[in-house]
Amino acid sequence: MSKNVVWFDNYTPDHKSEVGGKGASLGEMTGAGLPVPPGFTLTCTAFRTSKEQCQLDADVARLLFELDTDNTDMVTERCLGIRAAFNKMEMAASVEVELRREYQELCRISGTTDIPVAVRSSATCEDSPDASFAGEHDTYLWVRGGDAVVDAVRRCWASLFTDRATCYRVKMGYEHRFVEMSVVVQKMVRPVSAGVAFTLNPINGDRSQVCIDSAWGFGESVVSGEVTPDNYLIDKVLMEIGKRKVSIKEMEFKLSDHDSVERAELDEERAKSPSVTDAQIKAIAKLAKAAEKHYGCPQDIEWAVDADLPEENNIVLLQSRPETVWSKKTSNSTGTSHFSGDFMASIVSTLMNPLHTKK
Amino acid sequence: MADRFPSPFDIETPEGAEGWQEMYVYSSLFSEHRRKSEDTTFWFQDGVHWPNVLTPWDATFFEYALASLSQYNTRHLQVPPADGIAFRILNGYGYLSPVPADPAKIEERVANFTDRAGHYFMNWDDLYSNWMVKIRDLIGELEAIKFTALPDIEDADTVVKSGAGVGSGFQIQESYHRIVSLGLKLWNYHFEFLNLGYAAYLDFFMFCKTVFPSIPDQAIAKMVAGVDVDLFRPDDELKRLARKAVDLGVAEAFDAGDVHSTCEILKGSVDGQAWIASFEESAEPWFNFSTGSGFYHRDKIWIENIEVPFEFIRSYIENLKDGKDLNRPIEAIRAERDRVVNEYTELIATDEDRETFQAKLGLARTVFPYVENHNFYVEHWAHSVIWRKMRELGAIMVEQGFWEESDDIFYLKRVEVEEMLWDYYVSWATPEAPAGPGYWPPIIADRRRKCAALAKWKPLPGLGEPPEVITEPFTVMLWGITSDSVNAWLGGGDQVEGELRGMAASPGLVEGLARVILSPEDIGQMQEGEILVAPLTAPSWAPIFGRIQATVTDSGGMMSHAAIVCREYGLPAVTGTGFATAKIQTGQRIRVDGTNGVVTILD
Repeated sequence: MSKNVVWFDNYTPDHKSEVGGKGASLGEMTGAGLPVPPGFTLTCTAFRTSKEQCQLDADVARLLFELDTDNTDMVTERCLGIRAAFNKMEMAASVEVELRREYQELCRISGTTDIPVAVRSSATCEDSPDASFAGEHDTYLWVRGGDAVVDAVRRCWASLFTDRATCYRVKMGYEHRFVEMSVVVQKMVRPVSAGVAFTLNPINGDRSQVCIDSAWGFGESVVSGEVTPDNYLIDKVLMEIGKRKVSIKEMEFKLSDHDSVERAELDEERAKSPSVTDAQIKAIAKLAKAAEKHYGCPQDIEWAVDADLPEENNIVLLQSRPETVWSKKTSNSTGTSHFSGDFMASIVSTLMNPLHTKK
Repeated sequence: MADRFPSPFDIETPEGAEGWQEMYVYSSLFSEHRRKSEDTTFWFQDGVHWPNVLTPWDATFFEYALASLSQYNTRHLQVPPADGIAFRILNGYGYLSPVPADPAKIEERVANFTDRAGHYFMNWDDLYSNWMVKIRDLIGELEAIKFTALPDIEDADTVVKSGAGVGSGFQIQESYHRIVSLGLKLWNYHFEFLNLGYAAYLDFFMFCKTVFPSIPDQAIAKMVAGVDVDLFRPDDELKRLARKAVDLGVAEAFDAGDVHSTCEILKGSVDGQAWIASFEESAEPWFNFSTGSGFYHRDKIWIENIEVPFEFIRSYIENLKDGKDLNRPIEAIRAERDRVVNEYTELIATDEDRETFQAKLGLARTVFPYVENHNFYVEHWAHSVIWRKMRELGAIMVEQGFWEESDDIFYLKRVEVEEMLWDYYVSWATPEAPAGPGYWPPIIADRRRKCAALAKWKPLPGLGEPPEVITEPFTVMLWGITSDSVNAWLGGGDQVEGELRGMAASPGLVEGLARVILSPEDIGQMQEGEILVAPLTAPSWAPIFGRIQATVTDSGGMMSHAAIVCREYGLPAVTGTGFATAKIQTGQRIRVDGTNGVVTILD
């Protein structure tokens, strides 16, 4: 296997130092059955190879010579210079050929040409000094075509030298030539429908249920509350759809011709149609369940049905974070106290208390 | 929306059924003397067990069953919140009303119930194996009863010289007394365990609903349900016999067209005779199986109507020829049950709750075999024997000129059979002509007319004043009567046109063509892929469950026999809809959502 590229679905923990935090996380999720949108990571090796070939370390050393970290103008000017050098550097031929080839492969999987991708910096892992600057590194969305991808990768590399990160390394005495950057190239999702899911029933905290909110187009309409989403409750164990409420969804956010997200009204027929099929509901529930298992606690996920992926695998996970409301409640609030202890006391109490067998 | 149902005193008598009240014992009727309380309580029609008009004698088991249930709740076990269930007959149909216990006595009842029911739970396995012995002994006693016509002269040795001191005239009356007294004993036995079984199940059920408020009812049932259940044994025997016919090479005998020809062909070969022997082995006791609820003399019993099991066997043979595997995947069912239990167990938040869950599941599984199996022994096997014996007696009276058909005996009240036998005895002893041949035929003809007129009346699901909430646990479990269903009957709630709501008895969602089956005789009409719509279903309908898509019934709860069998066969089912057979027509497209208990008429 090439040392320059690691696909998410080929990721193993051995790749961890080569693909950075983001690349590792996406690889782990894919391996755990959490279907993030497909993609690959251009490794630190690819970065190193290109950097060495252009002897950029020498440029960096020259530009940072006697840098006064208290002089913001100077810092800005010098860092700008470094980033400019990266932006116009010649990528190593072997790296560029491979990057373009794998991008084409992603287009093939998605059944289209010039598939829009997100190109994201994936800085080296936790123990690296750079970890605290993860958020500062660049991300480019809706990048289309091989040339644009190559360009975006260079910009991500350049984003290692933000003013703040650069000053930090100088102060701490870290050597700039040792910092590395891998870059994630991931398919942009073009959602037919999207939404959120909780791995518990948010009404009563029932952990045996998955609750799904779903609407047409991008999930922003659900997250922002701009539409009343369709709502489903699925039993995690039987995988049965227990409750379904299809709402009138008057609008959606969809992709415009020039790769931006725009608001669109929906015709009556589509507005009142369920935004997900039963098979998709079950696939989303399965996905939510897998996320909960992977992270070991109740999750709040964002998902989408991708228009470009094949039917059997078009549900993608966009984000998973711990559920916070019910998870904070103490476990003794389950109201089971009268059931414990003497079994006859419990049976008597059950017979004496009104039944709630029906919703 | 109305806030009450019509008063039982305002219900009109169907035309041609005037005077129907004389067919039943006075205490089973609504009466002026009890009007004040009868008018203000809530009565529901028990379509789970008695969906049809009761002939006079058939009212026996209605009365025995409810009296026994009541007696155990009230006098034996002292179930804390619930006394018995009052029962009445109106226009030939059975109506029930749960009686709450006196709140002032609750404390005393709790102590007694804890002691008494506790004893049963602690010693369940021993008491249950003893029950199995008792019930088989009782059925043996019933089988031993023989009705024969009274002889011209008593036998010299066995009767006269033996010093027995009594003769056949005494015996025939004694035999009838034994039928009715063993019948009541049977029903006492039935309720010795049943409500305790439900109580333990309910406790587990409520615990699950507390820990997992949204858990589907069926998930709880699935965790408790047995895998090897006597109630499924008759169906398993049919499959075994179908395989045996194929293995012995005698399967084509079932293509002969009718039972008689099939039997003739089978008798003609050694292998065919071997198959018949094998059939007879299965038949006792497993084909003492009613095509209905077992509560009506008209319900066909397999062993007496072998065209019924033969037809099922024939269709299983066809399945085998098509390469279908008839075996229930026992191992897979067990594995699935374990998976469901394990996954819910893992989802429980605390160790303490997990322990309680395990303990309650354990008790529920200990008691559940009784809940699942008693039905075969009581309503099917024992009742089959009783119907058979009564018919024997009816046939003797045909010979004696009392009436025309052996089944005419079921148009006599329980006590009238005694009067009739007295007439027969006296006229034999004297001797002189019995009065009966002049007395009974017009009464029977009149009652047949009345029953036919009553059969045309569609019973109202409820009468009187419903309580604000239905809390009586057994009413909910057995009959599927909830505050919601009562509201729906009253025309309230969030009812939608073309939609029926009931109990979510077995999960799944399907669409298909409905076939309304009002009588067990018609189940053969069910076509592959249709949806069965019936007043209720009997466990003996299981063989057609392989070719239908879903089941909808007028009555029945989560624990009704129909619900248990549907879950076993993995068919979506909505039970207790109240009006499905009235609102749905054969050939209509309907959607059955067994997960939510909703039936939608799509046409």
